[in-house]
Amino acid sequence: MAGETASSSYVDLSVAYVDATITAADYLVVLPVAGPLIMSAFALMMRRQPHLQPWIAGITLGIIFIGNLALTARVLDSGPVFMAMGRWLPPFGISFNADALGVIMALTSSLVALVAVLYSAKSVDGDGRRYGFYPFLLMLTSGVSGAFLTADLFNLYVWFEVLLISSFGLIVLGNSHAQLDGAVKYAFLNLVATTLFLIGVGYTYGLFGTLNMADLSLRIAEAQATGGMPLATLGALFVFAFAMKAAAFPLNFWLPASYHTPNIVTSAVFAALLTKVGIYALLRVAGMLYPGNFETFQDVLIWIAALTSLLGAAGALASTDIRKILGFLVLSGIGAMFVGIAIATPDGLRGTILYAVHSILVMAALYLAAGVIGRMNGSFDLRSVGGLYRASPFFAAMFLILVFAISGLPPFSGFWPKVILVRASMVAGEGWLTAAYLVSSFIAMIAIGRVWLFAFWRDDLDGKAIPVTGLSLDEARAYLTPIAILVLVIVGLGIIADPAVNLASLAAVGLVDPSAYVTAISPVAP
Amino acid sequence: MEFILSLLVGVYFAASVYLMLSRHVIRLLLGAALLSNAVNLLIFTAGRLVHEVPPVIPLGLTAPPTVTANPLPQALVLTAIVIAFSIFAFLLVLAMRAYQELGTDDTDHMRVAEPVDAPRPPQGY
Repeated sequence: MAGETASSSYVDLSVAYVDATITAADYLVVLPVAGPLIMSAFALMMRRQPHLQPWIAGITLGIIFIGNLALTARVLDSGPVFMAMGRWLPPFGISFNADALGVIMALTSSLVALVAVLYSAKSVDGDGRRYGFYPFLLMLTSGVSGAFLTADLFNLYVWFEVLLISSFGLIVLGNSHAQLDGAVKYAFLNLVATTLFLIGVGYTYGLFGTLNMADLSLRIAEAQATGGMPLATLGALFVFAFAMKAAAFPLNFWLPASYHTPNIVTSAVFAALLTKVGIYALLRVAGMLYPGNFETFQDVLIWIAALTSLLGAAGALASTDIRKILGFLVLSGIGAMFVGIAIATPDGLRGTILYAVHSILVMAALYLAAGVIGRMNGSFDLRSVGGLYRASPFFAAMFLILVFAISGLPPFSGFWPKVILVRASMVAGEGWLTAAYLVSSFIAMIAIGRVWLFAFWRDDLDGKAIPVTGLSLDEARAYLTPIAILVLVIVGLGIIADPAVNLASLAAVGLVDPSAYVTAISPVAP
Repeated sequence: MEFILSLLVGVYFAASVYLMLSRHVIRLLLGAALLSNAVNLLIFTAGRLVHEVPPVIPLGLTAPPTVTANPLPQALVLTAIVIAFSIFAFLLVLAMRAYQELGTDDTDHMRVAEPVDAPRPPQGY
């Protein structure tokens, strides 16, 4: 590429430029990124029409979800889908490359964003709408999709910042004291994490002269063969940055400090998407770019996995506020995902990917359900909730399914990733890690089971009936339909597990052996 | 030249970490500003520092004849500056609002979201 003089006096542009016409189907790769970004600007222009806002966001995200379905079908059919921005081929231009891992995450997150909009139609009031809930939500979706689909490391950093700045907007929306307090911790710690990521990106460019992930994976493989590159330093920076993004112990303290403060829809979207972007980035960098290199960090990652899952479960047990309990359960799930990353076998990575999908769906559903509890009981305090089974048996049944799903009981979506992770860690000979994971998920089950027990099963408190505000038909439709959609998907993933497991296997194989990812960008692959 | 700038980057990082270890939000802000500048300087240095050689390829060649500075890191720095600036602007307003509303800039006393004497969960059913 550089440093040599060609014999011809003209530069051959065909190696740097896409000549083939771009078909409409190729635009599916950029649709989930560009669509919400444009529509978020449009929603901002329409901010004086609060009643139109949910429609703008809902229709946009509905189209994005369908587009992601089509993209997934295409990836399954013909392998990773590649698109170069401005037709400049990598490593010169920025490119998007949708592989199995990227599309699974993009598809799941667009479903959750859509469901959140459905739920928000009633729960986000005039003020939230006027101050830009929907533009922020759309921009957040755009950033998340961009992070999942980009094939460029610096571009990944940019999408991280896009979702970070829109999450800042969402978390302070409402301006309560608790929100400002939580936002200070959330903002500063996340800023440090992305800055560390940027340092890693800067060093990577300095060492390898490229930031395209396919190109990087080839060059790093060469560097590993010859040695002499400070790969461990780079790896440490990336692990630190992404573990902080994913809220892994001991870098987790921003999450329980802030996730219970904003509007419950915001909490649901955050809990579902933000930490998973960190997990995704770690999978991408650890699995694909630095394969084998992470053996250096394996001991550390095993400790992180065990301690995060145990601390999350214990924190959930010790909390009184239901939203805080859920925040700690997010942490416990992050620990489970680190189990797969720490053992780093294809089977473990498959478990992590499947767990990420499951966790996105279940955490969103649980937060939304907590919102309904808060509305019916007027409180999120475990000491004063109750009587909800009598008020709405349907809602109680859905919550019980979610309790089972997050505890990893069959036949719901949490069961399969748990089985795969336990088996993978046993096969890898990490018995203590398996034990820690199982104990933590048992404690988590007690913690969330207790929520069901108190909020639904009991009717009175010290002999006095607990006041319950019943939902009107209109409210029940607006609040329970989105949760029911997620519950249906969760049950579906548990009973018909094959498609999801196969997709996750495909994604894990794509990480361990990135040749398909690289050949999608083949014109420049040497 | 790279050596001097590397030292400077190190000093920036050290100072920003020191500032960010403080309890006071105002020092956190200064630390964050310094941190983003340290990273920008780091990327800038990683792209080679060459004096007054334009990265222009003469006609007939496919690579510059002498060592030039790499323009790409400068483009990256430009992007990073914009992002860091916007985030810093947000942090500044957030810190001011937090100070007005919570009446303190000491993070140890910012315990609204996580009260020190948080009630315990019910011990029995």
